[in-house]
Amino acid sequence: MKQARVVYAGVIHDAVESDGQLLLADGRRVAPDAVVWLPPLAPVPQARTILALGLNYADHAKELEFKAPSEPLVFVKGEASLIGHRAFTHRPTGVTFMHYECELAAVIGKTAKHVKVSGAYDFIAGYTVANDYAIRDYLENWYRPNLRVKNRDTCTPLGPWLVDAADIDDPMALALQTTVNGKVTQSGNTADMIFNVPFLIEYFSGFMTLQPGDLILTGTPDGVVDCQPGDVIVTEIEHVGALINTIDTL
Amino acid sequence: MSTTQYWPQGTVYGTLLNFKAERAEMAAQMTEPPHKTPPQAPVLFIKTANTFNTSGSTVQVPAKVLEIEIGATFGMIIGRNKAVAQSNRAQAAPENIANQVAGFVLMNDLSIPHASFFRPPVKFKCLDGFLGVGPQLVPTELAGDPALFKLEVRINGVLKQTIDFSTLHRDALTLLGDVNEFMTLQAGDVLMLGCDAGRPLAKVGDCIDISAPGFPAFGTLSHTLVPEGQFFDGPPLEKLAPSGGSEAHAVASVGATYL
Repeated sequence: MKQARVVYAGVIHDAVESDGQLLLADGRRVAPDAVVWLPPLAPVPQARTILALGLNYADHAKELEFKAPSEPLVFVKGEASLIGHRAFTHRPTGVTFMHYECELAAVIGKTAKHVKVSGAYDFIAGYTVANDYAIRDYLENWYRPNLRVKNRDTCTPLGPWLVDAADIDDPMALALQTTVNGKVTQSGNTADMIFNVPFLIEYFSGFMTLQPGDLILTGTPDGVVDCQPGDVIVTEIEHVGALINTIDTL
Repeated sequence: MSTTQYWPQGTVYGTLLNFKAERAEMAAQMTEPPHKTPPQAPVLFIKTANTFNTSGSTVQVPAKVLEIEIGATFGMIIGRNKAVAQSNRAQAAPENIANQVAGFVLMNDLSIPHASFFRPPVKFKCLDGFLGVGPQLVPTELAGDPALFKLEVRINGVLKQTIDFSTLHRDALTLLGDVNEFMTLQAGDVLMLGCDAGRPLAKVGDCIDISAPGFPAFGTLSHTLVPEGQFFDGPPLEKLAPSGGSEAHAVASVGATYL
């Protein structure tokens, strides 16, 4: 099942995908372009933990002139940086290099502490697509990647769907690609992650308790390019979804 | 004033290198690799929700960790007039920034000591229970000017550190304004002002007390360090968590309780 969270007629609805339409929880069917899409996440009672990986594909690490890490390079994002499908992301004026990052996002389904790789998939509710934008002009070598690069308003589109874990046969063998104005600029496969999803669940839950609704953004492969206002960016992962975003200015 | 234990409703952000003495101590390293240049924007990190730990509880110390670092500070709590980012310069005027602050609370930003500040400190700072949360949110109008704040850190009753918040690199409102330049803080979010140089170390069995001399309204933030495997004895989390959904939680709970 593909779940969404949308605003229709002034109210927030849970919805599921049904024959190309959105089936709202109250039984109505609406067109995908008749709603405002929110990140496909149920509300949680306290701050959602969003862990994001850097340099988790060997080719991308090489692209950025870093050696592949020996343990996960992780940073944390605030929930306020998330926006939904078909939304707009702001490019600050005067910057020279702002790029998308197409990432498989795993959503935690139950409380996870000291989980082992062998049982890690039991703790995942489902998957969605994240576009973890970065603005490289603001990189500093202090807790890098620093929040000014990675935690900006509107800079983490998420969605459109939360796809049930049971519907994804092998999350570690999914093609992913990004297009800019229809042209393919990034392509890869989740099989090429340095630290795969079960490893990451064991690693993080070894020192921190993960709660339902927490997110792990698993990093991006080679092929990031600068995005300009007006560009339409589609980050797509096989069987998970195609997340559309448009760059604008304030 | 309510006697209910304060509990963070949003995301808790911490600040590195926001005390003058802390920066002086690091000055030589700042121009060396991997940093190469001193930080320009505020150096921030996030304390995830699993770290939140009420006063009077225990902190579990991982088996292979001999000592943990005590990071006494104040959390600045964003109120109903949430901090607006770069979108609106007028909003960033000092008087508007002050209007965004609901109040302050004692916090203990615990860390496994780490020498490198090049990569984000998640495995050093985001362990379960590694953010001590003071008992009382003191509203801005009662707390007064944060430059006058002081903190004392005691281990087993012995004074180990005194912190003077007039020695910040960026004062509280300048820090908030400079953070606003690149991200909006939401109502209920917390921005910690930083931890001074000379942060004390503590080990299993130690009792840590943090208090603000001259400001009894903040109460005392107390924790005992125990070996990993012993459980928290503070209030159960479900009794502290708000009942509403995420859209409503921040504004509703902060507004109702503290403004």
